[in-house]
Amino acid sequence: MTDVHEAVTRAHRDEWARVVASLTRRFGDLDVAEEAAAEAFATAVERWPAEGVPANPGAWLTVTANRRAIDRIRRESKRDDKQMQARLMHDDTPHEPLGAIDDERLRLIFTCCHPALAMEARIALTLRLVGGLSMVEIARAFLVPEATMGQRITRAKAKIKAARIPYRVPAAEDLPARVSGVLAVLFLVFNEGYLATGPGTGPVRADLTAEAIRLTRLIRALLPADGEVAGLLALMLLTEARRPARVSRNGELVPLHEQDRGAWDRALIAEGHRLVRERLASGVAPGRYQILAAINAVHTFAREARDTDWSQIVALYDQLVGLDPSPVVALNRAIAVAELDGPEVALAAVDRLGDRLGGYHAYHATRAELLRRMGRSGEAGAAYDAAIELAGNTAESAYLTRRRDQLG
Amino acid sequence: MQYLFSVIHDRTDLATPEEMTAIDAFNDRLQAEGHWVFAGGLGAPATATVIDNRGAEPVVTDGPYVESKEHIAGFWIIEAPDLDVALKLATEASRHCNRKVEVRPFVSE
Repeated sequence: MTDVHEAVTRAHRDEWARVVASLTRRFGDLDVAEEAAAEAFATAVERWPAEGVPANPGAWLTVTANRRAIDRIRRESKRDDKQMQARLMHDDTPHEPLGAIDDERLRLIFTCCHPALAMEARIALTLRLVGGLSMVEIARAFLVPEATMGQRITRAKAKIKAARIPYRVPAAEDLPARVSGVLAVLFLVFNEGYLATGPGTGPVRADLTAEAIRLTRLIRALLPADGEVAGLLALMLLTEARRPARVSRNGELVPLHEQDRGAWDRALIAEGHRLVRERLASGVAPGRYQILAAINAVHTFAREARDTDWSQIVALYDQLVGLDPSPVVALNRAIAVAELDGPEVALAAVDRLGDRLGGYHAYHATRAELLRRMGRSGEAGAAYDAAIELAGNTAESAYLTRRRDQLG
Repeated sequence: MQYLFSVIHDRTDLATPEEMTAIDAFNDRLQAEGHWVFAGGLGAPATATVIDNRGAEPVVTDGPYVESKEHIAGFWIIEAPDLDVALKLATEASRHCNRKVEVRPFVSE
């Protein structure tokens, strides 16, 4: 019984996206594909315990889902829809394995992450149609009512259909921009898991970070030559590796230099380092995610916080500023500069960002920390107050509050 | 599949001669490549008249149906196989006419 349950769970994890993707290809309709896939998995839950797990669960699920989809289309197309009938008779489900770039799941991912859809719709669609998360799970993850999330997904699917957003892998010349759109969706999912906002959630949503990593691994398997895909995966792995040490027992965020490095996940670090080395060896100029991964690798390479090679980190940030001149990158660079050149130099850089980052909690938290190190307690206290006011993450607020209260 | 490209503008000035030249060249290309259906520039919003004949008597109102900072200054109707192709054309259209362009599908079937 438990074995069957595990088999269903495994099949769901491994086969969901493939089933949805192949049905979308065949029926040209995400709605039909999603519903039929969900029904096929429900049928598996019902029948596998009695009939046993089929030898090829993926094929069984695809066949079952195909039947369900055909049933639904027959029910709906009582009127003479020639095109639909033709589709029903013509079974072009490919049985031979496709090449990597032709994988059906890639089409699905690019459609869900299409730039003509709002970012929140892309995230919801990707988690539902590629990730196989339920509407309830996605709604809970983003703290919106289930009905709202349902509408968001329904609206997005309706737009895909009405505006004819194509179901295909973009042409080679468009691929880099479109891949970076997909990675942005996955990075947002990861970050929401890593630094969850909202008073109702735990400070870390391991389900979301795990899902983001799983989907990024999938893209990596589908686009193995893409440096930024490898970079994002490495960045996620090296960040996830530190999760066990990141929140203290009393729910406070533990800053990097105070973390128990023995609690870091060595396997994830090794995998992340391998990816970073692979990218360095490629000799191709790195993109944003590869540089961020390299910065994280410098941190995870250091056995103790004091062993951190800060000049290397500042050099990497300099490279990143060249690609992404955003104030948030400049802020993070300043934090590294503080370790190398002292808090005065860093504060001067941070203060220049005030008019653009005044509404960002990390700006105030950084100022607070630098002012504290310079012994300017009064100003540090005010900066902590501003940071606490803006921080959305419970563990971060707890940490900032303690720091403020410790000021002399 | 047909798409409406609405040209969105916040002033009532007409296209400059340079913009007109670029638009003409773009239109020639649309025709040569089979995307062209129709296009036109519109008079200023102040030249619009709204008729509402849903009631007993037709009501005529001077001016556009909605006062807004931005208005539709012109449009294209183009033929494209899918949104990716339409968005590519709209990207060029926006550059050539030097204005924002909204892409909207016609209801198909």
